[in-house]
Amino acid sequence: MATYKYYHAHEVNQEACHGRMKCLRACPTDAIRVKDGKAHFISELCVDCGECITACPHGAFVPLADTLEGTPRKGKLRVAIPSPVLYSQFPSEVSPRRILRGLLQIGFDHVFDVAKACDWATLATRSYLKEHTGRWPIISSFCPAVVRLIQVKYPELTENVLPLQVPREMTAREAKRKLARENGISESEVEAVYITSCPAKVVSIRQPAEGTKSALDTAIAISEIYPALREAVSEPDSKIKDELFDDITYGPGWSSLGAITGLLETKRWIAVSGMSDVTKLLDDIENSKLRNVEFIEAAACLGGCIGGSLAVENVYVARSRTIRLAQKFGHNIARHEHRAERLYRSGFFSIESPIAPRALSPLDPDIARAIAKVKERDEIYASLPKIDCGACGSPTCMAFAEDVVKGYAELSACVVGAARAAH
Amino acid sequence: MTGERDIVLKEQFSVTGRDFGRAGSVSTTIKSMLKQIGFPPDVVRRVAIATYEAEMNVVVYADRATVTFEVTPAAITVTLEDQGRGIADIEQAMREGYSTATDEIREMGFGAGMGLPNIKKNSDDLEVTSEVGVGTIVRIKVLAPQ
Ligand SMILES: Nc1ncnc2c1ncn2[C@@H]1O[C@H](COP(=O)(O)OP(=O)(O)OP(=O)(O)O)[C@@H](O)[C@H]1O
Ligand code: SF4
Ligand code: SF4
Ligand SMILES: [Mg+2]
Repeated sequence: MATYKYYHAHEVNQEACHGRMKCLRACPTDAIRVKDGKAHFISELCVDCGECITACPHGAFVPLADTLEGTPRKGKLRVAIPSPVLYSQFPSEVSPRRILRGLLQIGFDHVFDVAKACDWATLATRSYLKEHTGRWPIISSFCPAVVRLIQVKYPELTENVLPLQVPREMTAREAKRKLARENGISESEVEAVYITSCPAKVVSIRQPAEGTKSALDTAIAISEIYPALREAVSEPDSKIKDELFDDITYGPGWSSLGAITGLLETKRWIAVSGMSDVTKLLDDIENSKLRNVEFIEAAACLGGCIGGSLAVENVYVARSRTIRLAQKFGHNIARHEHRAERLYRSGFFSIESPIAPRALSPLDPDIARAIAKVKERDEIYASLPKIDCGACGSPTCMAFAEDVVKGYAELSACVVGAARAAH
Repeated sequence: MTGERDIVLKEQFSVTGRDFGRAGSVSTTIKSMLKQIGFPPDVVRRVAIATYEAEMNVVVYADRATVTFEVTPAAITVTLEDQGRGIADIEQAMREGYSTATDEIREMGFGAGMGLPNIKKNSDDLEVTSEVGVGTIVRIKVLAPQ
């Protein structure tokens, strides 16, 4: 198996790879190369967006979420923290309460809903925007793939990323504190398991962008527990009322695009999803085109986290259910306002260290030589057909020219150029 | 001293007046080249902002321009030489808030009169020369800390 500079939530199954090159075009950071008919990705360029997983018709990009059975318990108590996406994966008659109860039935000792933390985070974001005096717009931080995309491709924009804790981390911290206290055990004896549609979160738990430790211990794909959970929730259950699931609000949702922004008391927001549109928008911000926008909600997956590659339900069905759930349960922002404001003042929501750009290897560590290599690359590029056919194994003619300069590829690998030269 | 001989990289681009679709593409290209060379983010950012503002001024106020991009390890120079109406009073144009933008342009989010002042702020050296009815030359220089 290949060793990577950074931790990743997927690997390439070389046997399954037919060299179809679909991934080559799908990757937003041009991280993929096909060599000798097999796909590889360059670790430092990979932002864990999962586009390659979705694009490959042979399933050669394999997501590496943990499995419930395969992960030994890490403590005395195992607590489930489901992403709100989970609720949208079931028909409307299966209530969030029923689903939380189902998680207990399939083996978790406790469940914690993130709804309250979502309300808090919305309020904290609101306070932050009111006081912010630096550079606009502020970009949401809940999507690890977007945060990494910014670290890799838009280093100057790391300053624009909202420097507040995300709901899942807050919930995990609260769950650990509470369960440790109630059971007279240490926090490390409580294992927090995130149940997610998102391959990028698997990575962010093991290697947070802020470089600090995640309060979550394990990430399990919704698709992995779905069959068992589906069965559990189909049984009638009288115990639901006994369990304390009183804080289900669902309001801001955070799982469906545009949900938080509506509550932020600013009219100048944009919600964007899908890597290619996110990239276009970040280009505009970088070119200071969106001077009047205050907040950008950005999600790598089309439609937001309900479109994550580890979900099971069709994203449009899930979206419609999300809207209905939000109508039914509403949000509880007003109820938390007072406490959230106090917590905000106390620094409870602040992240420990700021998001820094990811240091990419330059063409050459020496600036003068790097300039010479850019020149050489541009000369090579000028000689190429510029049709981005991908037959050489690099995603674009420009990436190929760069690979040649870096010594990763031979100029002769350009079959179109070679055929043309032969005429 | 950075002499002509030290220029290791020199490229030229063109900008077309009123072409809002491609507006900003030259500064984007320049920015990504500087990033790849490995200049510090702050240097890249300053060049990108200054170039973007100057490029937009060509799109809004001039007919066409040639952009010359020169790089040495010590400095980055971007020169925009346009053909167009020119600027009668450069000192006035450099003032914060001064703008001759039409309502149509203002609706697109420009015309705050902040472009030239922003270029000045982000560059280590700026030269603006102009001849009314002929065109304007804007030369932006940003030094790279060694
Ligand atoms: N290349 C140019 N050709 C002709 N006139 C120019 C050119 N560049 C600037 N000007 C004139 O100088 C004025 C000030 O330019 P500046 O870039 O500072 O502000 P602006 O373009 O009007 O507004 P903003 O840049 O904030 O959108 C312009 O309104 C225009 O009259
Ligand atoms: S996860 Fe995204 S960035 Fe990483 S290789 Fe796949 S498509 Fe590229
Ligand atoms: S949109 Fe959501 S599911 Fe998709 S990568 Fe981002 S955080 Fe993960
Ligand atoms: Mg201007």
